[in-house]
Amino acid sequence: MMRERIALPVIVVAGLALSFAIPAYGLVNKYQQMILMYVGINIILAVSLNLVNGYMGEFSLGSAGFMAVGAYTASVATVRLLPAACVHLGLDPAAALFWGFPLAVLAGGMMAALFGLLVAFPSFKTRGDYLALVTLAFLMIVKSAIENLDVIGGPRGFLGMKRLTTLPWVYAWTVLTLLVIRNFVYSRFGRGVLAVREDEIAAELTGVDTRRAKFLAFTLSAFFSGVAGGLFAHLLQFISPRVFDIIKSTDVLIMVYLGGIASIGGSVLGATLYTVLLEALRPSAVAWAFGWLPAALFEPLNTHVISHLNVWRMVIMPLLLVLVMLYRPRGIMGLRELRWLVPRRDRDALGKGLHPPCASPRLPGEPGGGVR
Amino acid sequence: MKKTAALLAAAILYGAAGARAESVRIGVIAEITGDMPAVGASCRNAAEMAVKEVNAAGGINVGGKKLKVELFVEDNGGKADQSAAAAQKLITQEEVVAIIGPNASRYAIPASEIAEGNQTIFITPWSTNPKTTLDAVTGKPKRYAFRSCFIDPFQGKVLARFAAETMKAKKAAVLYDVASDYNKGIAEVFKADYEKLGGKVVAFETYTTNDRDFSAQLTKIKAAAPDVVFLPNYYSEVPLQVQQAHRLGITAPFLGSDSWGSAELLKLGGADLEGYYFSTHYSAENAAPAAVKFIAGYTKAYGATPDDVAALTWDAFGLLFTAIGNAGKTDREAVRNALAKLPGYAGVTGDMKFQDGSGDPIKSAVILQIKGGKFVYVTNAQP
Amino acid sequence: MESRLVYALQQSLNALQLGSIYALIALGYTMVYGVLTMINFAHGDVFMVGAFLCFAAASLAGLPFVPTLLAAMLGAAVLGVAIERLAYRPLRNAPRVSAIITALGVGIFLENFLLALNPYPRSIPKLFGEGAWSAGGLSFSSLQILIVVVSLALMLLLDRLVHHTMLGTAMRAVSFDRAFVPLMGVPVDLVISATFAIGAGLAGAAGTLYAMAYPVIDPYMGIMVGWKAFIAAVIGGIGNIRGAMIGAFILGTTEIMVAAFLPSTYRDFVAFTFLLVLLVARPYGILGQPRIQKV
Repeated sequence: MMRERIALPVIVVAGLALSFAIPAYGLVNKYQQMILMYVGINIILAVSLNLVNGYMGEFSLGSAGFMAVGAYTASVATVRLLPAACVHLGLDPAAALFWGFPLAVLAGGMMAALFGLLVAFPSFKTRGDYLALVTLAFLMIVKSAIENLDVIGGPRGFLGMKRLTTLPWVYAWTVLTLLVIRNFVYSRFGRGVLAVREDEIAAELTGVDTRRAKFLAFTLSAFFSGVAGGLFAHLLQFISPRVFDIIKSTDVLIMVYLGGIASIGGSVLGATLYTVLLEALRPSAVAWAFGWLPAALFEPLNTHVISHLNVWRMVIMPLLLVLVMLYRPRGIMGLRELRWLVPRRDRDALGKGLHPPCASPRLPGEPGGGVR
Repeated sequence: MKKTAALLAAAILYGAAGARAESVRIGVIAEITGDMPAVGASCRNAAEMAVKEVNAAGGINVGGKKLKVELFVEDNGGKADQSAAAAQKLITQEEVVAIIGPNASRYAIPASEIAEGNQTIFITPWSTNPKTTLDAVTGKPKRYAFRSCFIDPFQGKVLARFAAETMKAKKAAVLYDVASDYNKGIAEVFKADYEKLGGKVVAFETYTTNDRDFSAQLTKIKAAAPDVVFLPNYYSEVPLQVQQAHRLGITAPFLGSDSWGSAELLKLGGADLEGYYFSTHYSAENAAPAAVKFIAGYTKAYGATPDDVAALTWDAFGLLFTAIGNAGKTDREAVRNALAKLPGYAGVTGDMKFQDGSGDPIKSAVILQIKGGKFVYVTNAQP
Repeated sequence: MESRLVYALQQSLNALQLGSIYALIALGYTMVYGVLTMINFAHGDVFMVGAFLCFAAASLAGLPFVPTLLAAMLGAAVLGVAIERLAYRPLRNAPRVSAIITALGVGIFLENFLLALNPYPRSIPKLFGEGAWSAGGLSFSSLQILIVVVSLALMLLLDRLVHHTMLGTAMRAVSFDRAFVPLMGVPVDLVISATFAIGAGLAGAAGTLYAMAYPVIDPYMGIMVGWKAFIAAVIGGIGNIRGAMIGAFILGTTEIMVAAFLPSTYRDFVAFTFLLVLLVARPYGILGQPRIQKV
């Protein structure tokens, strides 16, 4: 019991130390560090989408829209507002950038949360596929609005961001996301969200404030998607409306459902697998992995198969996804949860601690069987 | 979980950091897939040919030592964000001295931004938008960004003059992709210069990349009854626009810019494009003496006449090889200085020279006409 | 004043052409949704494959228009049925979202598979002697007329099929209650296969007509057109065949008219704002009916 009590903080702190050590001592090369940062950003996106799609049982297509709001807000803050503030207030630009960056990302998250509120309103009336459409419309409106705003580059994109996203920052935001969403899901408000998924009408009749649950879930989810957008913008150093199109949203959807819905561990796994596999299927990585083969074998393999992977990896990935869905329709993790991602007081209440809070093993939209 | 993920990623990706033989490492970012694969293919072909040739001669003479060239080609998938990611990959993982490409301005601008931030030489063969070599925030010339082509303020002026004086058009219409830096930039320059010459722009219509239906905009253009329609758009979209215009009964001639100059244009557009003019960087049939050997070699290797992208990529490599030789070392800063101070370079696409502080060479343009399913040389325009 | 009227009429003709193509694709979405309550996200890519089949038949095999259209419809129908058998049927008793994600995967697979084979955009030859006429300042082209006529004919055919044949009755029965209908002796699997075949066949026809109207095709062309058609289906009331047609013409008209009278970049903004307002005001579309949730 005591061991478990300190294990989690120790791991979190050790991870933080590692996130400082990796770039400082070059434990992995810079490109691999970049991939790690993308993994972190995608984890934030997947976990925050899972809150709405997995725990609340809606089907949101709006991830990329919230991400875009966060990315543009944070970028305008560091590129336009901070330098202006430095001039007017006589601040040291380097120090302002260092302290301003987390604030900019926070601002991006808050702006996205504001938009999350806007999407929550229609969700009082519409549900299911029609709400999915509302989120799609939201995404397209955000994208189109940015395209028509020439002050932030319009359709051609916005640049000028410094590369402020670092491994420790990504790590810190990822851990924060996991902690906040974990604690939210298992809180009183989180139970309300789950009740909405299981049966909205029954929940309302038994006194659950379903509106508050929806507000909270949408806002929290949008906030962290916005944070991910801010981090993303300061990693890629270029954003444009086309970066945040429907394909970006479907990427996040794939991560969530690949890993397993209503499971934070599943989202972490899905985001990691998806990001790392796409990189690992690149010719240079595969060529390295098979480098130990004798040259007589390696050379033909390299010219005929590996060098073509750049195009074919995008064929292999969706095939893998379809296979996973066919054999594990609820994603890799199914409905299970990692022990550490369940607050301690809930672990024993949930048997072996491997199940997320869920009244029935059925998911929304799952055919109930029998004659109705 | 996080740690497992990190270890997994590291285990799979680890490797490229091993010991490296001394060589000159050069990266290429090309539009191999996406909406302009012909541009990417030309760029890659010319790059591979240039590297093969220099290595066959033993490599580049760097301070008395012959160093072989190692080439790293990345596909940007026809996307701006992937161009930025590819630039980051080439710089951080492959540790290249210089990056050549992307070619389209909407991809070159973000990539050159990354290269500049990482003090890596960047040469775009085909991106003519001024912003590629200018700082996004201050508007001053970037230190590490160069190109081997002319820029749009010059091209726009040449085209405006051609429309007003040679074609004697009094009214012009423009249809351009507002989501693309190149198209928007040259459309605006053309409009300003054409109006300065006394012409009138009667319709200035926009669309967004990947649009297919231009009927609404073309109907508007038809109603304005122009004498010429300027289409500064990429070769894969121009045939759609011209065909739809013909169906709507637009009879005015069309005028194009260097984005038309791919053989794919003829394949996709066919007879609909007969007789139209466009400006470009060079003409294979009327090329400089330095070009003859290149054109013959390229045609033999790839079974096609090199287009402007191939020729400009070849010149970009020529510029870079010369600068590395002049610098006498492969240090990025030294090569950058040698490139900026290059006394003049006789390329396949003509003579070029960088003016103090700017990465934009001063060079000439040509006007071609589409005649009998071929590009035919019409005239040359000096700066 | 008269020239303004001509201009508006010309733009309406443009809208009619765009709306017809949207309608053919929207029908596939709405039929599959009606029968399975599943959003078939791969449908836009089936439409794209239809355009590539048109390329194969017209450009590689040199077929004239009618055989090309039939070949593309047949090929797309086979693909639609195959996708249903291999990717959706095994998931019929799994959570509904699993099938949606699988559909996304199938779509991405189709796009990138065609891209990996050959990244170059392809051009469609002219399939018949095209002509363009002008009457009172208004331009018609034979292609425009063909697109509208073929689309309307297919839609009428479908409407008859759904409302006046045994198969149509079975389809409506399955969409009404999938648990009870098999007990009445309706072969549910066959009906579902037929639904996919018809929907995909219409997408194949749409792909052919689209490829003729916009004769440069590439593997990503289905994404945006597919989403637009889906929206058209929702505007009309998803699951409702006549609604899908109405929705498609409304969307086509909105898009063309925005580009005709406002800067073209406002097109998506206006179209999607319209969708949002409609969804909030009439969540079940123009002709759709709310499903009553029993407690």
